[in-house]
Parts: sequence; structure tokens; C-alpha cells
Amino acid sequence: MTKIKIALLIKQVIDTRISEGWAPGADGTVDRNALPAIINPEDLHALEQTLRLKEQLGGNAEIVAISMGPQRAAEALRECIWRGADDAVLISDRKVAGADTLATSYALALAIKKVGASLIFAGRQTIDGDTAHVGPQVAQALGIPQITYAEEVALEGDSLVVKRRLDDGFEVVKSPLKALITVGSSAAKCRFCNAKRMLRSRKAEIKTWSAADLDGDLSRFGLAGSPTQVLYSEPIVTESKGGVVLTSSIEDIATLVAELRSNHTIE
Amino acid sequence: MENIIVFCETRNGELCDVSLELVTKARLLAEELGCKVDAIVIGKEVSSLSKTLFEYGINRVFCADDERLSEYLTLPYTRIVTSVVAEQHPQIFLAGATNVGRDLAPRVAAELQCGLTADCTELRIGECEDTAGVKHENILLQIRPNFVGNQLTTIVSTSSRPQMATMREGVVSKQRVDNPVAGEIITINTQSLLTEEDFAVSILKREVEARKSNLKGAKVVVAGGYGVGSRENFELLYRLAELLHGEVGSTRAAVDAGYCDHSTMIGQTGVTVRPKLYIAVGISGQVQHTVGMEKSGTIISINRDPEAPINKIADYVIVGDARECVTHLIDQLSK
Repeated sequence: MTKIKIALLIKQVIDTRISEGWAPGADGTVDRNALPAIINPEDLHALEQTLRLKEQLGGNAEIVAISMGPQRAAEALRECIWRGADDAVLISDRKVAGADTLATSYALALAIKKVGASLIFAGRQTIDGDTAHVGPQVAQALGIPQITYAEEVALEGDSLVVKRRLDDGFEVVKSPLKALITVGSSAAKCRFCNAKRMLRSRKAEIKTWSAADLDGDLSRFGLAGSPTQVLYSEPIVTESKGGVVLTSSIEDIATLVAELRSNHTIE
Repeated sequence: MENIIVFCETRNGELCDVSLELVTKARLLAEELGCKVDAIVIGKEVSSLSKTLFEYGINRVFCADDERLSEYLTLPYTRIVTSVVAEQHPQIFLAGATNVGRDLAPRVAAELQCGLTADCTELRIGECEDTAGVKHENILLQIRPNFVGNQLTTIVSTSSRPQMATMREGVVSKQRVDNPVAGEIITINTQSLLTEEDFAVSILKREVEARKSNLKGAKVVVAGGYGVGSRENFELLYRLAELLHGEVGSTRAAVDAGYCDHSTMIGQTGVTVRPKLYIAVGISGQVQHTVGMEKSGTIISINRDPEAPINKIADYVIVGDARECVTHLIDQLSK
């Protein structure tokens, strides 16, 4: 049996999750340097699924982590190797910068073709963009089926059986092995870095490809290839409603409950 | 003038609320643009839904009636929507930001090489200047919260058509028109359009889970954030909600901390609520949460921090420990 090549799409993001732990400035902006850079959380859930699939294939698979971003994103790719990926590729070039999801997926699809992967995994969405576009757009660019919101992926013969989350429940679908699967946070967590792998590949070299290496249409990369344009961002500075301020004393809370009852806010 | 097309999602043979909300929104945009709104409906025996769509002001319904399409499937749905859009050249295409809409819209956008904005909380018509300095009128301004920082970002697609956006459920109220439109049903021939490869993925099993709560329609919501402090403290919120005949909601931070289930999450990636009374416990008030609850009637914020952003939109601010305040509230309400 020939080795199955699995591509794993990841993004390095700024960790903004514990939103109560830090606060934006008065103008609504955030000091990005104050927050750590991590692998997008749902991409790790996707990595775990690729590792499980490789086990089901008796190790007969090669997992190649692919990312697009600045040079420092190589750290995130190296972490993927420590956690079990076999190889990693970083697309890094000023020509691909400023890409929206369409231009991003174009570059990623070219990299996947160059790697020669037939099965692709990605996180459902990133915590900085939160669009969930890139997975489906890569699948469309490659002309293969997609299965989004996956929770469990099992190999059955030469098909995949995938349990996926719906708005009102779940469904189990059967898909060919040539497909793109996005994994959500309801799937299993990723295993930790393996100490031996860390030692062995502490300085693992991460391949870096430029836009030219991808051999694509240059007008479809980066800002030039992005049909969407951010017009402006406005800080949400809310004028205070001037609400009644109370203490946690029993008296204050009793007064509040009485008021809510008298104005029929509560029955 | 090119029209607006709305992809109308169905569930169990009924039109989803989010689709009727989108149609209502699209109608308002169309009035400004002086165009009409068309709909695409796909599924089994869906042509009967056209009557409802005409009551909501839809001009033409593109109908793909095929029993193979009773459940959503990415590939055939994408092919149908793409073919209608490519043929009709609408200026705007809208879909709900549901699991279905968020699966379909990016694929359609990639096929048509169009710009797409996800999870909009507001859509407006306006003018803008593109990166080359060229002015454009009657452009769809696509507004969504920016997660890195408390910002609202306005996005436009000036160079590609249609301008595509998905919009979240519950941000506009659905509304019928005074007089139903004498609209037209256009049948799509799925037999000739769809290929065998479009059915490469098949559904083996589908299970609808009973809703654990009726958060969306609740009159009272007691929501907890990271500041609730523990799963044990979170149990108190359930007792408070029960006393008020309400439901329990949460923030992303509370879900991430393991205090409560994902299904209770309110905000940009969760449910949008509009209750008569909203009690926010230990919630700082990041925009990704407040977009899901700011239209509530009376808002009470319980927070240790008197400067918490959510206090600005609260009618009552109780400064204090979450556990202590909630316990007092429970005691008072039990009387």
C-alpha cells in the first residue's frame, strides 16, 4: 500500500481567548505584543485527528504541516513536529502578505499540490479571523469534497467515516479518502509534545517557500488577489448608560429585587 | 438593476428563522438600491415554501426540488447555488451564518472568485473609496466585530460581484410585507445539473438532539463568565435561572474554562438573545459577547470590577463577588 500523504493546515495566532484576563485600551485596541503567539487552538484538534488516522493506517501515512505567515510562524510548525507531524512547510513572502481568505486558500492549495497531499485537515476556524472560510475555499480550489465541523474521523476500507457537528445535532457521513476535513473544538484535544521528538528535532529545519516556489498566478496572491478590503475599524466605545450602582449587601439586593418586582421586570 | 439573492435554508422541511430574517434585511437593502430580492431554496418538496417567501417580499424563488437533497450536502448545493448566481448576476448574495451557510458560502465564493465576509452583525448600503482611490456608490458595507480588540470592522468588496456575506441569526427581526408579492417560481432542473461526483459524500446517519434549553426565546437569561470562578459556582446560576423561569447562558471564556457547556454560549460564535431581563455574572463584556445580548431589556451586571466594560450598558451594576451576590439574589427571590 502506498503511503497516504496528509496535509495539515495551521495558523499561528495571538492568544486572545481568556478575554477576562486582559483588557483593551480605552480606544479599544489591543497590545498584540503583550499576548503570546500560539497554534490556533482548533488546528491542534485537527492535528490530533491526523495522528489518530496515521495510527489507523498502521503508520503508513506522512503528515505534512503547512502554514502561511511571517518567519516566526516556523515556531508553530516546529511544535507540530514535536507533537507528531512528519514534515512542515512555511509559505512566507511579502507577496502573499495581506491576503484575505480567498487569496490565502489559493496559496495553500498550490502548496498542497506541490507537497502531493490528497487528504487535508484544518481547524474549523481561527480565533483571530473567525471566518471558517479557508477550509472550504481550499477544498473548492482543489476540487475535492469537504467535511466541516468534524468531531471523529475513522477509516473504513478505502473511505472515511466522519461524525460532524450540526446546529441541531450531528451527522455521520461517508467520504472518499481524497477530501478536506475541518475539525472543531468539540473534537478530542491534541496530545502533548513528545519529549524524545523535541530533543531529536529541537532545531528541525522548516522548509520555507516563496510565492515564486508555488508556481501560481502572482495576481492571485496576497493583497492583490484579495477581493475584500477592510474599509475601517472603529473602536466600540460605549457611552455609559449610567446604571444604578449597588453593593453586594443584602439590603441593596433586597431593594433591587423589590424594584424589579414592582416594575414587572420579574413576576 | 441586478437583484439581491438570499440562500434560504430549510430544516425538517421548514424555512429557518435566520433565512426569513435575512430576507427581511435584504428587502430593506433592496429598497435603498431600487432592486428586488430573489431566493434560492433547495430540498425535498420545497416549492410549497415559496408562498411564505412571497409573504416576506421575495420576487422570484429559484427552487431545486429533489429528494436526494432533503438534507444539506456541500457539493450539490454548491453547484446549484453557483449556477443560479452565475446566471443571474446578483449584486449581493446573502446566506445565514449557520453551520450550513458557513459551509456553503465560502465554497461558492471561491468558485466565483468573489469576496465574502463572515458573520456580519450589520449590513448597510453606502459609498466608499477603494485602495486605488476610486469612489464607489451603492456598495454593501459589511460590518462585523473584530475579535482582536473591541472594534467593529467594515469590509467591502468593490471589485467582485456578487458582494457576498453571511449574517448571524437573531440580529434582525423577521417581518412580513403588508401585501404578499405575486412572485414567480423558477424550477431548477437538478437532474441535468448535478453529476454523480456531486454525491461523493453520503450521509449515513443524522441525529437531531433535543435542545437542552430555549436560550434564544428566553424571557430571562442568567449568564456567567470567567469571573464566576468555578463549575460549582456556575450551578448557582442554574438555581437563579430556575427561580426566574429563565435560561442559563455563558461566555466563550466560561466555556473554555470548563464551567459550562458550549451550547450555552452567547455572542458572536454563540446564540443571540434578546430577553426582558439579562443578568451578567462575572462577565467583563468583550464585544464578542455583547453583540449577542446588547438588545436585552433590563441588564444587571454583577462584577467585582466597577470598571468592567459591561457595566456601561447595564441598568444595574452590583459591585461584588459573584457567589455572594447570586446567593443573596436566590435568597431574596425565594422569599
